[in-house]
Amino acid sequence: MKNTFSIGGIHPHDNKISRDCAITPLATPPTVYISVAQHIGAPAQPLVKPGDKVKVGQPVAEPGGFVSAFIHSSVSGTVKSVGPRADLAGKMSTTIEITVEGDEWMEGIDTTDTLVTDIPEDNKATLEKIRLGGVVGLGGATFPTHVKLSPPPGSKCEMLIINGCECEPYLTSDFRTLLEKGEQVVIGAAIIKQVLGGVPCTIAIEENKPEAIDHINEVIAKLRKISPKYDGISVMTMKMRYPQGGEKQLIDAVMHRQVASGGLPISVGAVVQNVATALAVYDAVQKNKPIIDNSVTVTGGCFPKQANLLVRVGTPLSYIIDSLGGMPSDAVKVISGGPMMGKAISNLDAATLKGTSSLLFLTAEETMRKPESNCIRCGKCADACPMGLEPFLLNKLSRINDVEALEDNAAQDCIECGCCLYSCPANIPLLDIIRMGKAEVMKAIKSRQIKK
Amino acid sequence: MTQTIIWTIAIITVLGLVLAIILYFVAEKFKVQEDPRIDEVEKVMPGANCGGCGFAGCRAFAEAAVAAPNLDNNYCPVGGNDVMAKVAAILGYEVKAKAPMVAVVRCNGTCANRPRTNTYDGLSSCKVKAALYSGDTACAFGCLGCGDCVEACQFGALSMNPETGLPEVDETKCTACGACVKACPKTLIELRAKGPRGMRMFVSCRNQDKGPAAKKACAAACIGCGICQKTCTHDAITVENNVAYIDFNKCKLCRECEALCPTGAIHGVNFPKPLDKEAVKARVQERQKKAREAAAAAAAESNTKEA
Repeated sequence: MKNTFSIGGIHPHDNKISRDCAITPLATPPTVYISVAQHIGAPAQPLVKPGDKVKVGQPVAEPGGFVSAFIHSSVSGTVKSVGPRADLAGKMSTTIEITVEGDEWMEGIDTTDTLVTDIPEDNKATLEKIRLGGVVGLGGATFPTHVKLSPPPGSKCEMLIINGCECEPYLTSDFRTLLEKGEQVVIGAAIIKQVLGGVPCTIAIEENKPEAIDHINEVIAKLRKISPKYDGISVMTMKMRYPQGGEKQLIDAVMHRQVASGGLPISVGAVVQNVATALAVYDAVQKNKPIIDNSVTVTGGCFPKQANLLVRVGTPLSYIIDSLGGMPSDAVKVISGGPMMGKAISNLDAATLKGTSSLLFLTAEETMRKPESNCIRCGKCADACPMGLEPFLLNKLSRINDVEALEDNAAQDCIECGCCLYSCPANIPLLDIIRMGKAEVMKAIKSRQIKK
Repeated sequence: MTQTIIWTIAIITVLGLVLAIILYFVAEKFKVQEDPRIDEVEKVMPGANCGGCGFAGCRAFAEAAVAAPNLDNNYCPVGGNDVMAKVAAILGYEVKAKAPMVAVVRCNGTCANRPRTNTYDGLSSCKVKAALYSGDTACAFGCLGCGDCVEACQFGALSMNPETGLPEVDETKCTACGACVKACPKTLIELRAKGPRGMRMFVSCRNQDKGPAAKKACAAACIGCGICQKTCTHDAITVENNVAYIDFNKCKLCRECEALCPTGAIHGVNFPKPLDKEAVKARVQERQKKAREAAAAAAAESNTKEA
């Protein structure tokens, strides 16, 4: 029996059309725009002012709170301005504009390809390196990694899960990372494992990536010969199903444990990290290299040139598109992220963030919504919901804004995966509506906590 | 046969009488003492139960009004001064007449003024749209055009104008209950004094971007140039965050700001005559010239005195 989560889920066509494109570095753009709000939590505070010279890997913003992260310059050059700039959704966020001059790196960063396989013993120093490297969860949520790796007192981690599912259709950057930087990912996983006290580690990969599964198995076998520290790392083949890469779904699939409503994964003894995060941990700890670039899949049925690019953080999207031959004429929507959970981009002049994993181009036929009709009470949405919610009910409650009933029906547990919307034969924009209700519930919960 | 009927009638009658007497005493014993004025007040209320007063319906308002020591915090915006005068008469309080208010949509981003930069394909709801992104124009502050305010209005006073893509307020129907103000995620709608014979001035823009960006996004945006503030002789206009605001309590409806506004962001409505921009401009320039001359003369005088 293949491993997968127990309730809900859908099977969209995986459309991994860019799977054979190796990750190639994209030329540095003439100007980069580095936002200080690239992670969940408090925005970082800028450390530079216009006119300052910066080098690659130099911190340009420091954490603005406990749940926050360092941000580093991805280029060398001169800071041109620090001020508000429109992000992917057209909303303003403080952005550091840097004019690129040359490619001078900070001292101490190891830019060679030599593999460093020794795992440092000092966990505190490792955590500090992860913090200073600005590492955040690159699976989408961009939660600061050093916070996630410091479990609250009283909780015990029993398993580390490295998420290599990449269950979103189209995306291939994690797949390519596993194939091309498998060693680094496994070493990164071993470092995280060490920080968590040597717990077993499972690398979960879906069955549609057999090459990656074979490759990682080989890598683990090779590394085990070098050091016993690599014992306890194994690959688990997962059945293809969306949203397997969701944190709670993956814990269910791998450990057969369910996280309670409102609970954290650590409450069932799990820590989940993405493949790209493991690579970033390797870079930060073994190479002293902070997150200055990330791999971005540029894809879509209508896009002539599929690519997996290594892009410097802060590269304008329009620059990426132009370097690949410009916008396809029949594309009507550009999405940052996958087609299920990604967000449509309204501003192509915006720059990439640490967590930008993909640029997806879709045609009108593929993406435009069909006219909404009445709910026929077929229950497909309830069958598809991986959180066991009742989207048809939440839809009604959200429309009348009954916050108490929404909370009773656990609208706050919605992971916004879009399975309900995908499965609805009446084309009801369930996710849009439920997200509105969820926001109201979260607001109510927050105000209650403040009162206490 | 007849005997059965007679017995039945007799028993039912006696039973009815006994129960009626019991009920009478029970009702006397458990009588709820309620101020009769609550009913009276409720009777004169408009009965819309809109919540515009801040209470959950007209009955709740009546209860609160009767319980309160005065009527300073209780005002029915729908009924206005007429209803409040009646309420005051019942309760024997005094009530200050309030200027009638009306909802004003402060966005001038019509389809012609504000070109669309992208297409929105999601649920037609301003709330959802505002949570997702800045909107389908380059202006992040303007009307989103999904009509949450129209839906919120219980009096049918708001409607979307398909030509401009903006909501319009029917002044005759608007009761200033404030439901639309709460519904608008961009806080574009404001309750403003209706003004004498409906005449009023307002800045029809909330764009806080700097001038060039605002102008690029919308041809009729307030660019925060401050000309109106300098022109106003009644100290009614303030410019904050690159956008002007007219205090309706201070505005004397001279329309000078409207004539001088370079983008046409300031609107005057319900004026009997159309604005003669050139004449007003000339008048303002003449006055400013005189003021400058006077200032220069005063400066010269103080200079000679010092010398």
